Amino acid sequence: MTCLPPHTDKKLGLVIDLDTCVGCHACVTACKGWNDQGYGAPLSDQTPYGVEASGTFLNRVHSYAVQPDDLPAQTINFPRSCLHCEDAPCVTVCPTGASYKRAEDGIVLVNEEACIGCGLCAWACPYGAREMDLAAGVMKKCTLCVDRIYNEELPEEDRQPACVRTCPTGARHFGDLGDPESAVSRLVAEREGYALMPEMGTKPVNRYLPPRSKDRPEEASLLAPLLDIKAAGLAGWLDRVLGKLP
Amino acid sequence: MNPAPSVIVFTVLSGMGFGFLALLGLFGVQGWLGFFFWGTGFGLAVAGLVASTFHLGNPQRALRAFTQWRTSWLSREGWAAVITLGLLAPQALSDWLGLGWGRGFGIAGAVGCGVTVVCTGMIYAQLKTVPRWHHWTTPAVFLAFALAGGLILSGVRGLAVIALCLLGVLMAVQWFGGAGRFARAGVTMESATGLGRIGRVAVFEQPHTGGNYLMREMIFTVGRRHAERVRMIAMVSGGLLPVVALVFVPGVAGIGLAAVTHLLGAFAHRWLFFAEAEHVVGLYYGRR
Repeated sequence: MTCLPPHTDKKLGLVIDLDTCVGCHACVTACKGWNDQGYGAPLSDQTPYGVEASGTFLNRVHSYAVQPDDLPAQTINFPRSCLHCEDAPCVTVCPTGASYKRAEDGIVLVNEEACIGCGLCAWACPYGAREMDLAAGVMKKCTLCVDRIYNEELPEEDRQPACVRTCPTGARHFGDLGDPESAVSRLVAEREGYALMPEMGTKPVNRYLPPRSKDRPEEASLLAPLLDIKAAGLAGWLDRVLGKLP
Repeated sequence: MNPAPSVIVFTVLSGMGFGFLALLGLFGVQGWLGFFFWGTGFGLAVAGLVASTFHLGNPQRALRAFTQWRTSWLSREGWAAVITLGLLAPQALSDWLGLGWGRGFGIAGAVGCGVTVVCTGMIYAQLKTVPRWHHWTTPAVFLAFALAGGLILSGVRGLAVIALCLLGVLMAVQWFGGAGRFARAGVTMESATGLGRIGRVAVFEQPHTGGNYLMREMIFTVGRRHAERVRMIAMVSGGLLPVVALVFVPGVAGIGLAAVTHLLGAFAHRWLFFAEAEHVVGLYYGRR
């Protein structure tokens, strides 16, 4: 049913630490690998070794250059995937009921048996979380590895999303953001985690932890006085003469 | 947004068809001429609806789209279209064979035609993610196209000219208001990434070297390059030329000329409607 549940018992989601993400794309690869073999239609590629290589991915890592007013620019790696919104517009627009949000844990899923591949849910999502699989003709999205997190066949440490399990820098955290005492909720409170595009009114569950503020360069270098190089010789003479001109 | 031919054909043809059917439902045309008129109306509406299924990845499951009318405008559109066509069928039969069943079915069907066209418009107008569409002018222009197209096909010259003028005004309002709506929605790369708290955001490197579904579907820049030209074509061919044809060319030729030019203008309008609309997801790619 594409009516959203008025309340979910849990709000399972991800917390992504932009301070520690190094942009290695291991989460992208792990996600593609896991979702190629289990839940629903495999994530297909079209001409993967051709000129116009293209494929379905549920996770993409962007890199941004962010320029503060008075400091050098920073490079920030930015993984982007489904935010499992509380007010998910992708669910309500679905004409067939294929797109749904689970009342028990808040995960947004697609029932591929009912998906007609109209693409309207992908249009309704501000975050680009959904990609149509061109081979299967159905909409694919992050399942929060619903086939891992409850899977008792797996060792306990593997019962988390593939992207979280694989992240070599621990930049991805998984848990219940509806429980204020959970590890992820405490992390968000501590680091002032934020939601993406709040003006879209989707109430995302996932949170992003902002990069920690960098040291200010003038405070950073103890060698600063020695780095004030004085020009000598002809350059020094030019420096002095030119400096005197109006 | 990617201007998919199937969706353009769907909105243009079924819009015109439902506009024509609404007028036939209200006023009726008897006998074999009625058969021809009703056939044209049903033909246009159904051709549009069939075209829309070519857009689907799994059209064999299309019947499932009737289940979610509580929340989904696409589902409501499906219901409205089917109910409307069902209501108008006995009216068409009565008009064609002179059975004298009154106009009850026709009037109800005419209301249904309006509801269907509004539902079509709302499929697009509901999307906050496409600020240009997220506005009352979207269903209003769809309705104006249906009305103008229906009146031209009905051959009611005076009213058709008035409807075409109304359409012209609404298209202009849609374009002028739509131009800055993305900026007014307040969505930026800074809010999309939340990195505005640090500084100005620019793309350093794209997440993938090839294209993907999102970029093909939602980042379409060719439309904006030619927007002014296509606007002119839509306005002249969709509004001005049909008025000239209706006023100055007598007989069936005038009606036919008006209908053909109007239809071409409608296709131009609809192509641009999709092609120049910017989706907020483009912000993540530093493009729109």
